[in-house]
Amino acid sequence: MGTGLTPPTLELVALTGQHVQLVLLATAGATALAIPLGVVAVRRPTLGRFILAAAGVLQTIPSLALFGFLIPLPWIGGIGARTAIIALLLYALLPIVRATVTGITGIDPAVRDAALAMGMTPRQRLLQVELPLALPVIVAGLRVATATAVGVATVAAAIGAGGLGSYIFRGLRMHDTGLLLRGGVPAAALAVALDIALALLSRNLDARAHGGRARVRGLAAVTVAAIAAVLAAGAWAGRAQIVSGAASAPLLRVGSKDFTEQRILGELLAQTLESAGIRVERHFELGGALCHQALAAAEIDIYPEYTGTSFTTILKHPAGPAPRVVHEQVRREYRQRFGFEISDPLGFRNDFAILVRRETARRLGLRTLSDVARHAGTLRAAFGPDFLTRADGFPGLATRYGIQLGQAPREMDLSLAFHALAASEVDLIASNSTEGLIERLDLVQLEDDQMWFPPYEAVFVARADALARIPALGVAISSLSGRISTEAMRRLNLQVDGERQPVELVVSRFRQGLATAKQTP
Amino acid sequence: MQLTQNSTSNAAETVISFRRVSYCPPGATTAVLDELSLDVEAGEILVLLGLSGSGKTTALRLVNRLVEPTQGEVRVEGLSTMAWDAIQLRRRIGYVIQEGGLFPHFTVARNVAVVPTLQGQQPDVVQRRIASLLQLVGLPAEQFGHRFPHELSGGQRQRVGVARALAGDPPILLLDEPFSALDPLSRTSLQREFRDMMARLGKTAIFVTHDIREALVVGTRVALLESGRLSLVAPPNEFAQARDGLAGAFLETIAPSWGPA
Ligand SMILES: Nc1ncnc2c1ncn2[C@@H]1O[C@H](COP(=O)(O)OP(=O)(O)OP(=O)(O)O)[C@@H](O)[C@H]1O
Ligand SMILES: [Mg+2]
Repeated sequence: MGTGLTPPTLELVALTGQHVQLVLLATAGATALAIPLGVVAVRRPTLGRFILAAAGVLQTIPSLALFGFLIPLPWIGGIGARTAIIALLLYALLPIVRATVTGITGIDPAVRDAALAMGMTPRQRLLQVELPLALPVIVAGLRVATATAVGVATVAAAIGAGGLGSYIFRGLRMHDTGLLLRGGVPAAALAVALDIALALLSRNLDARAHGGRARVRGLAAVTVAAIAAVLAAGAWAGRAQIVSGAASAPLLRVGSKDFTEQRILGELLAQTLESAGIRVERHFELGGALCHQALAAAEIDIYPEYTGTSFTTILKHPAGPAPRVVHEQVRREYRQRFGFEISDPLGFRNDFAILVRRETARRLGLRTLSDVARHAGTLRAAFGPDFLTRADGFPGLATRYGIQLGQAPREMDLSLAFHALAASEVDLIASNSTEGLIERLDLVQLEDDQMWFPPYEAVFVARADALARIPALGVAISSLSGRISTEAMRRLNLQVDGERQPVELVVSRFRQGLATAKQTP
Repeated sequence: MQLTQNSTSNAAETVISFRRVSYCPPGATTAVLDELSLDVEAGEILVLLGLSGSGKTTALRLVNRLVEPTQGEVRVEGLSTMAWDAIQLRRRIGYVIQEGGLFPHFTVARNVAVVPTLQGQQPDVVQRRIASLLQLVGLPAEQFGHRFPHELSGGQRQRVGVARALAGDPPILLLDEPFSALDPLSRTSLQREFRDMMARLGKTAIFVTHDIREALVVGTRVALLESGRLSLVAPPNEFAQARDGLAGAFLETIAPSWGPA
């Protein structure tokens, strides 16, 4: 990227390689840790119960929560593959520890007695008798761990670790089944392939442990060769994907949240910086509140944000003040509390938008939400589950404006709601003001005249130290301030979400447009 | 066949000594062994005879410290088992386990080779020792050496267990029903073979059985274990005179051949 387009196949190979790498390093690390833990658990049952309980608790932590928990930790934390591998490793511990304990305690007591009675040292017993006999069971545990790791590794994409989950997250956001399949099918195939390989290995080891002659070595060699091939291909395909530019240029890490608009803004900044000779590392598609955490942990230097999010979600202020006030206050408090700088507004707002068809607006004379209150009895509404139930969503809005709908609003997935609105099955939906479909379907956004919603002005949040280190960063940001109108952002979103154009292409075209506009004032 | 003996023991020396030993398994209410006292002299084959569940295996496991006494002490070569380094103690004792306990992932030859290898003997010496021991128990190495335990019959596995216990040339042997799975003919020949070999090498052994006939053939003394207590300890010819109690009942079973002439 940055230097041109990555053909889809290349990206698939790169992401598959990353996925295998995550799974492999995590399960290898887990095995190295879990077998000794299992042995300790067998030797000291009291400690063993504690070890198993702790590994069990780790497994019940939801994966995204575990990622979020690891990010701020020094050394092992941060965003990217390292944190993902540690999280996957922690998940993989339990099945392997448990298998080690089961494998060793399951050995025929007479055999264990024989080893003891021969005067074998604990180490000799472990290496010559216990581990060889427990190995088939341990490999069966490894099988479970690997299957889990392949699955959980798809979530790792949320913290910028890449892997096949990137497709899945992208597909979920864009309601693109093709993308979902492109991530899901190889992940499933990978899980099945690794499972078959380990099942065969386990069966052959079991045969060997009971005196059968088995083809353990050949089997292991084939598996290792196949994995190495996938890794090598992935590394080759992914080499130029993240980091751009000459190694001597200053390096800046640009983050973005995990939806299209954020990727566009991240890419826009990245391309602007690259054309100014700055080397850029892209950490796009970070889930949830990870961007803020990553910035605080100095894992990234800058990412696009919305003042309303900073004001309400991060600084925990109630909505109410005007956009300018919110911007000023966020800028001041961010500087004091975090050492972050808030840029000037980029020009558009991504507010909550209450939408109606243009025809409805004209017929009923709807311009503001106060107008809606007067006609609410005749309007049929559909909202996403979030907006429908959150206090700062529809319930609060209805109270503030005194909106009493004739019939209860229907709960509907957002993309379906747009279809329903276009087909006149409903009259009113809630979305974002930069949604590309607003233009395409010729919808009208009703004004929040009582300022119930906080204003979500788009800005960049940067670490002050990055701004000081790379003076060109400030220049690049200023060159984008006030340059992106709400209509422009809707068009960009539509090109990526609706028309499936690659983000890089959409952004570079938009930059050309900006350049010509500058030359002809 | 040439089996060496590396311990020097004079006839008067007590090798194994149970001193008021009681054993009560963790959590159990009744003792498995109750104030057991017994001396085994050098060169003796002491047979422990008793019904199933009487505590024979437990008594053996006290000697190589697979279990530890709840009360009293077991002395081996004059030293309490608890004072011995467990590993040093066990390397002086060959143990034939009742259930076999062969390593399923090792061949017959490798099972027998374990202890000599642990002792650091040269591979060619080990090979020769394996061959002679397997010959002794009637399982020629060429035919059986490369097999895995699951490729043997129960009786063949028992014989490998005996060979394995002898492999390190230990001065003390503990044998827990080593021939119980054999047919009467093989058993009789192995009993004789064993008795003569022990006499020749001067090893000290405790031999557990519930077969009175075997007890009288193999033992230099026979000790009768009854619910964790010794009820009779006597040389075979004296033991065979018993008329009442458990000893009498055992002898009843072979009355035609051992009855008064
Ligand atoms: N760990 C244990 N916990 C509870 N009871 C035990 C334990 N070990 C042995 N016992 C009991 O101790 C008694 C003696 O067992 P032991 O194995 O010494 O008998 P044995 O004389 O060898 O019998 P057999 O001829 O059947 O092998 C049995 O009643 C057995 O159930
Ligand atoms: Mg027994």
